Amino acid sequence: MAARRRPSRPVIDKIVPTAAAAVADVHDGATIMVGGFGTAGIPFELIDALIATGARDLTVVNNNAGNADTGVAALLKTKRVRRIVCSFPRQVDSWVFDALYRTGEIELELVPQGNLAERIRAAGAGIGAFYTPTGYGTQLAEGKETREIAGRRYVLEYPIHADFALIKAQAGDRWGNLVYRKTARNFGPIMAAAAKCTIAQVASVVGLGELDPEAIVTPGIYVHRVVAIADAATPAVAA
Amino acid sequence: MKRFTHDEMAARVARDIPDGAYVNLGIGLPTRVANHLPPDREIVLHTENGLLGMGPAPATGAEDFDLINAGKQPVTALPGASYFHHADSFAMMRGGHLDYCVLGAFQVSVAGDLANWHTGASDAIPAVGGAMDLAIGAKHVYVMMEHLTKDGASKIVARCTYPLTGLACVERIYTDLAVIDVTPAGLVAVDVVPGLPFAELARLTGVPLADGSAAVHVA
Repeated sequence: MAARRRPSRPVIDKIVPTAAAAVADVHDGATIMVGGFGTAGIPFELIDALIATGARDLTVVNNNAGNADTGVAALLKTKRVRRIVCSFPRQVDSWVFDALYRTGEIELELVPQGNLAERIRAAGAGIGAFYTPTGYGTQLAEGKETREIAGRRYVLEYPIHADFALIKAQAGDRWGNLVYRKTARNFGPIMAAAAKCTIAQVASVVGLGELDPEAIVTPGIYVHRVVAIADAATPAVAA
Repeated sequence: MKRFTHDEMAARVARDIPDGAYVNLGIGLPTRVANHLPPDREIVLHTENGLLGMGPAPATGAEDFDLINAGKQPVTALPGASYFHHADSFAMMRGGHLDYCVLGAFQVSVAGDLANWHTGASDAIPAVGGAMDLAIGAKHVYVMMEHLTKDGASKIVARCTYPLTGLACVERIYTDLAVIDVTPAGLVAVDVVPGLPFAELARLTGVPLADGSAAVHVA
C-alpha cells in the first residue's frame, strides 16, 4: 500500500490572526457559551472583540454573570444580551448584572452548576435529555418531568446547545488541539464540544505534534478557530 | 450561654472526617474545617471548579487566579493533585465518589431537608451554584450552622420555610450548641456544648430531639 502523501501545505489550519477575525460572523440572536469560572478561564479578549461586532439579542451561557466591569459584565453592559443561563449570577462585584436584572432588562435562567455542566456536556455528546437527581423537589425543578428509577428520584433535563463557544486555553495547535491551565480549564472542554463554532484564545500557538497526545485535553475536532492572545495574569476576583 | 466557637465547630467536624476521605468543603463556615484537619490523616479536598488535592492559600504575592477554589479565592495544588473540567467535577459528586461534603445552611428539617441557597425574598437575586449538586452528591452530607437565627428562632425546623436545596440529604448537623444526627427515628443530639442542659437544648431547638449525648459524648 502506498504511503499517504503528505500535503505540501497545511490543509487544516484553524489559526486566525486576530480576535476580531475570530468572532466576525457572530450574528444577532446567537447563543454564545463563554468559558470561565470567576475570572479563571474567561476569554476577555474574545469578549471584547464580540462587543465590537455589535451583535445583539444574544443568549449567553456562563457559570456567572460577570465580575466588575470587564469580560461578561462588559458584554452585559452593552444591553445586547437578552438572556443569560448561569448558576451563580450574584457576586459581590456583579453590579452590572444586578442592575439589569432588577430593571427587568435581562432574562435569567438559573441552573444548578452540575446540571449546567451536564446539560452542556450532553449537547456535545448528542444526548437528547437525561435524568439527574440534582434539584429534585426544589423550585428549580418546578414544571419539569420527574421519574423514580431504582428507588431514586430524578428530574429530566435537556441539553444546552450553542452557536458559538468562546473559551480560553493555555496552548493550541493548528488542528485546534488544546491544553488548559489549572482551574481555568473549568467549562472549556465541554463548551468546546457543545457549540457549532468553537473559538479558543490561547496564550501560545504551538506546532503540530508539540502537544503530547497523552496530555491533550480538548481534541481539535471540537475546535474551529484558534487565536493567539499573549497571556496576561488572570485578574483577582473581588472578595 | 456558652457556645462552640466557629473554630471549635470546625475542629469537631474535622475530627469526624476519617483518613483517606475525599471531601468537599462548602463556601463560608465549612471552609474553616480545612484549617483543622489532623496532619496525620491523608484527606483529599475537592473543589467543584475542577481540582482534587487542594492545598492551603498561597503566600501573599504568590497568588495565581487560574488556581482558585469554589469561593474564587486563590489556593494551591498539593503533590498528587489533578485538574478536570466541570462535567467531570460534578460527576464525582453525583456519581457518589465523594465521601463527605460539609455545607452551610439557613435551615435543616427533621427529615434532613436542606435550605441553603435562597432566602426566598422577592427582591433577592437568586444564585444556586453547586449547592444542589453537593446536597445530593456526597455519601455523607454534614451541615455547619448557628443553631439559632439572630432572633432566637431555631434553624432546625419541622419543615423548611426557605426554598429547598435538597430533600432528606443531611446526615449530621454541627451547630454552636450541639452536634445532631438526622436518623430515620428522628433527631438525636450526640454532643451538647458543655454547661447547656439537654432539656434547654431541646427547648431552644423546638422540634423533637432525643438525647444521645451520654452514649457518644466526646470531651
